[in-house]
Amino acid sequence: MRLESPYAIEMLHITKRFPGIIANDDITLQLKKGEIHALLGENGAGKSTLMSVLFGLYQAEEGTIKKDGKEVQIKDPNDANDLGIGMVHQHFKLVECFTVLDNIILGVEPTRKGFLQKKEAREKVLALSEKYGLQVNPDALIEDISVGMQQRTEILKMLYRDNEILIFDEPTAVLTPQEIEELMQIMKNLAAEGKSILFISHKLAEIMAVADRCTVLRKGKYIGTVNTKDVTMERLSAMMVGRNVNFHVEKKPSVPGDVILEVKDLSVASKVHKNDAVRNVSFKVRAGEIVCIAGIDGNGQTELVYGLTGLEPAKTGQIFMNGNDITHASIRTRSVDGMSHIPEDRHKHGLVLDYPLEYNMILQRYFEPEFTDKAGFLKRKPIREYSDRLIEQYDVRSGQGSITAARAMSGGNQQKAIIAREIDKNPDLLIAVQPTRGLDVGAIEFVHSQLVAQRDAGKAVLLVSLELDEVMDVPDRILVMYEGEIVGELDPKKTTQEELGLYMAGAKRDEVKA
Amino acid sequence: MKKNILKNNAVQSLIASLLCIVLGLLIGYIVLLFINPTGAGDAILAVIKNFFNYSRANLQTKNFGNTLVKTAPLLMCALSVLFAYKVGLFNIGAAGQYVIGACASIYAALAWGWSWLPCLLFAVFAGAALGAVVGFLKSYLNVNEVISGIMLNWIGLYLTNMLLTTVKEATSPYTFHIADANPSAILPSLGLGKLFSGNGYVSLAIPLSILLAVAIAVILDRTKFGYELKATGNNKNAAKYCGMAERRNIILTLVISGALAGLGGALLYLTDYEQWQCTTSSVPSMGFNGIAATFLGGLNPIGTIFSSYFIQHITSGGAYVDKTMYSSQISDLISAIIIYLCGFVLFIKYAINAGIARHEERQSKRIAAAEKGGEK
Repeated sequence: MRLESPYAIEMLHITKRFPGIIANDDITLQLKKGEIHALLGENGAGKSTLMSVLFGLYQAEEGTIKKDGKEVQIKDPNDANDLGIGMVHQHFKLVECFTVLDNIILGVEPTRKGFLQKKEAREKVLALSEKYGLQVNPDALIEDISVGMQQRTEILKMLYRDNEILIFDEPTAVLTPQEIEELMQIMKNLAAEGKSILFISHKLAEIMAVADRCTVLRKGKYIGTVNTKDVTMERLSAMMVGRNVNFHVEKKPSVPGDVILEVKDLSVASKVHKNDAVRNVSFKVRAGEIVCIAGIDGNGQTELVYGLTGLEPAKTGQIFMNGNDITHASIRTRSVDGMSHIPEDRHKHGLVLDYPLEYNMILQRYFEPEFTDKAGFLKRKPIREYSDRLIEQYDVRSGQGSITAARAMSGGNQQKAIIAREIDKNPDLLIAVQPTRGLDVGAIEFVHSQLVAQRDAGKAVLLVSLELDEVMDVPDRILVMYEGEIVGELDPKKTTQEELGLYMAGAKRDEVKA
Repeated sequence: MKKNILKNNAVQSLIASLLCIVLGLLIGYIVLLFINPTGAGDAILAVIKNFFNYSRANLQTKNFGNTLVKTAPLLMCALSVLFAYKVGLFNIGAAGQYVIGACASIYAALAWGWSWLPCLLFAVFAGAALGAVVGFLKSYLNVNEVISGIMLNWIGLYLTNMLLTTVKEATSPYTFHIADANPSAILPSLGLGKLFSGNGYVSLAIPLSILLAVAIAVILDRTKFGYELKATGNNKNAAKYCGMAERRNIILTLVISGALAGLGGALLYLTDYEQWQCTTSSVPSMGFNGIAATFLGGLNPIGTIFSSYFIQHITSGGAYVDKTMYSSQISDLISAIIIYLCGFVLFIKYAINAGIARHEERQSKRIAAAEKGGEK
């Protein structure tokens, strides 16, 4: 008994380099049997790389991995699987048109003489689901069930494979507060049954609530491992970002002017559900104020923005900008008439990744006489000069300046380029959707100060955010969206995170008038 | 920091294309070895030599001319495929657009007695119309352009056979010689024929197709239209996000693509180098070879000029294989193998890049190890 290692898995002194960067610099992570161990770090801290090393997707240059005290080699994900390591990815890896049961047994289907033995599989799945309190309907199609049940399906997938080491990658990002609560309970049950859990997150409250210990990474370096009982959230936060961060945004009181954007009874159809994603939403945004649409991911914010910007047609209702009805106006018309849009997904919408930076800088303006002559030829010199100016002004860093392919730039600088482009267009209305997603602290401060500067310059700013801190600090007014409707309007100076949470979870709602 | 020349896109394309050619010739040679080992070396040489198989200089230049005559339509088909490809569309319908262009020009020349310029324009229009059908189906009904393109290839082929039967010789399946029936429809030679030992088929078609290749390069690289098209091809969503008219661009692209292929058909048949065979039962390979030429040319309009010539050179060279040792289909087989390998350019580029990445990783490891050693 004494010889047995207390650790289920140990990653000792792991170092992984990529050309020009050390992603993991001498990192040690020891996961005890039956514990919930949080891995905390900002985006780019090296969490993903470390997990990829554990899964054999990358080979570490230095360091060793031990399972139950014995050194092991993990060359590919199959090795990891054989060692009983399983992972619930942030974006689920499920086949939408298969049932829950089919997804669980996918790849390890029990067969006899080449025929599927689903009955056995079903019994095992039901037994597991009973044992750990994972409510699923094995015969439901993935596309019909809630995100929470999809996640439980993913967890059952790991349990079905008898995995002992369970990794949860940012599992709460897509869940409602109730579902988060349930997940926490499930994780505790699993740990109580002897499973070892690695919980990757940057949400401090959840880590404090569920984890036994926490390992902190920062910029590829190992900062330390602490017992969550012994530390405060402030301490963890300081370990994560390396300094005491003042997330508070300095800003003067707003001076709202004319109504720039007015939305009346807008509904937008959903691509996935039969119900509308946005239902009878009405609100106004005035010049000189920042209005934030808050809510948990997937409550219609994306579709609302699509409707406002013209990426999806409005089903019913009207949209006015500067008093003009733009409900059926083209995307180009809206843009030319003064709407700027920092999109949620910068790779999908915001950039042409294979174009050089300068071509991305003119994406919204390439057709203007400044950049295209009468014969339809691009004016290469003005384009270069314009791009160079934006790069200088907004401190967009890249390998080769204007001619760098957008693909070769870091996420933060890609975002800066988009922000530069959209703000320099001098819009009346700036729609910024999760503008700080995936950015480091410094870049976040930059983005927030730009939004406030736009507000102070008399623009109307509509911010869509999932981050509670951002929702509380940046806007002048908060509109909470829940299941496609606006369920509350809050004053960030007067409300609390708890109250906001109740609205976001649908536990509280007011009749909101535009 | 020193730059790795292999990282340059143009250099990579060139290397990949050359490797494909060598590989194609090698595999062609191996196949010949299997069929009949004694003549394999001579046969593959005959393919490579093409018109150099003739010992007399004037016959060489004359046959060089013939290869060029058939290069022009191939280049047009390649440009057609390339133009659509830049917008993310695979215009396999170029084969049918080429046929319908040939049909329009021959019919206009023989049945209506038009002169060459209206004939050319009519072919352009016919190809564009066929492209427009594919474009409308794609942008409004989301019909895959490959499926509708392939089906239209057959519709175009049989329409052509049907229509041209009215202008064919009574005793053979071939259409009338345009040179005899309506000399005004023959493309002007511009005196070029003299350069090729009086080859009467050499005409305006050759410089015109090269000029168009340059024009396409300029449009794609330097104009607002090209900027929009490539943005749409690289990232449809971003193109929509910034308000580009995606549907219009898709239709316009396929119209232009069709027009280019249609013009290709006219550029061959209005030289009277060949007559249309009204019993043709398979879509001519010209359009499909255009696909190979596009990729072998590194998806670059200028590169396509050379790749089109090479593919035509090999195809023509196939005719010189010794038919006493090999069956008559062997020439087609060998050129087909080489053309097939030409499609592997992108794969080889990928392999080059993967190789560079591996090399760099090893090097960075070595540097890191050296640094570490220095510290201790």
